[in-house]
Amino acid sequence: MKQTSIIDIISPVMVGPSSSHTAGAVRLGLLAKNIYNDIPDKVIFKLYNSYAQTGKGHGTDKGLLAGVLGLSVDDVRIKDIFDSDIAKTFNYEFQYFEDFNRHPNAVDFVFEGRRNMMISGNSVGAGEVEITNIDGFSVNLTGKYNTLLLVYKDVPNMISRVTNSIQVNIASFHCDRSGKGREASMAICLDGEINQKVIDFLGLIDDVYMIRYIKKLES
Amino acid sequence: MMININTFEELQNACNASGKKIYEITQEYEAELAETTVPEIRAIVKKSLDAMKDAIKTGLKSNEMSISGMCGDDCDRLQKRFNQEKSIFGKTFEKITTYALATIEENLRMGKIAACPTAGSCAIVPSVLVGVSEDLGICEEEQINALITAGAIGRIISNKVALAGAVAGCQAECGVASAMSAGALTQMRGGSVEQVLNAVALAMKNLLGLTCDPVCGLVEIPCVKRNPFLAIHAVTASELALADIKTKIPFDEVIDALEQTGKLMSPMLKESSQAGLATTKTALELKAKLFK
Repeated sequence: MKQTSIIDIISPVMVGPSSSHTAGAVRLGLLAKNIYNDIPDKVIFKLYNSYAQTGKGHGTDKGLLAGVLGLSVDDVRIKDIFDSDIAKTFNYEFQYFEDFNRHPNAVDFVFEGRRNMMISGNSVGAGEVEITNIDGFSVNLTGKYNTLLLVYKDVPNMISRVTNSIQVNIASFHCDRSGKGREASMAICLDGEINQKVIDFLGLIDDVYMIRYIKKLES
Repeated sequence: MMININTFEELQNACNASGKKIYEITQEYEAELAETTVPEIRAIVKKSLDAMKDAIKTGLKSNEMSISGMCGDDCDRLQKRFNQEKSIFGKTFEKITTYALATIEENLRMGKIAACPTAGSCAIVPSVLVGVSEDLGICEEEQINALITAGAIGRIISNKVALAGAVAGCQAECGVASAMSAGALTQMRGGSVEQVLNAVALAMKNLLGLTCDPVCGLVEIPCVKRNPFLAIHAVTASELALADIKTKIPFDEVIDALEQTGKLMSPMLKESSQAGLATTKTALELKAKLFK
């Protein structure tokens, strides 16, 4: 059986009212911000199903925006985020959808800017979240681990080149590709911290198109 | 080698074999799991405890309504009544019920709370723990011991049942919070390991089948008032257990029943707002008004 912790039971300390609809929304926003890793010109938030229906009453919209702006789940400014100075100078839009092929609490972040990126995620309950897709690549990013994320050309030995360079224990490993020899993605969850030099080194590999080191979220 | 405790029986056996309390076994397990020290684990638990106390303090002073405008001023009402008239509750119960409303209303107005185990059930453990501690003059270290005990109870239940209304109904949120509070309170009052676990089972058994049918899909009706009710429920379970009243159904079998009941519960009664209170005439009118 998987080992579980009491800390998940008696926390997080968060602003209410809903762990899935408020805290989960902030965490999804934070993960999306860290994956995009640039200052966007605009962000479109696409909310689905329960997120779209009950999102306003639960402050899901405020949570998503607050996360993208870098606020943590227990930041009391979330309540009035729309009136805050940081939000006033930020270009964003909310759209609402019903699509029962998607998770009840699903969201797409559409980042526009120097690079366009679409990041999809779900709030799966009790404040736990998962980023499931980045620009069409399926990933499984929960924010529970420091995660190394790479998009690269699907060529032999890429996995070994990456795993040989990181001197940290791997908790889980997820790969996907658009087709043989085409773009591929790797999401590696780590038990420890990775050295910035290693990230820089891996980023220099010819066939690596994008590399991100996404730190685990504070509980 | 770390013992991986997944059932109440395993927890009880580990306590009996070592002569340790539930919180002692638990904090050692947690320290090993997180590769840290027991004081570090207790500091994390204290962070939750402090947030609980802050939420009570802030909530007692506010009557601001939620975004929907449906809830937010009941704590104020209850305080006024207790200040003006004598209740048959006594001071402790008055504290528990007002603290519960203070916390859950702070949650719905987007104030800061500790989800314990969830946001919608966040007021049950703090109101019992803080209300009783204040009245009996219980020190912070003992409060932390109690909160660790509550966490241990919730963790073991969560190994079988996801603590989410959408998965198993409110029995898995407010129900489990009440069971956690019953155990924590029993620990705080010097109960034995067996009494703590009996308090958990007694509280849990009485809440099996509790559905999650929030009006307008929001954590407000019936969640707000359910918190003070189930806080008092926890005290009842604790008092019975301290009298050595025992559950006839063993702890783990009660959790099996919780799991089964959750599976058999219609999805319409599991946080989807498709039945129960959520589809009453008045609830539908509120919904039409809110989403117009």
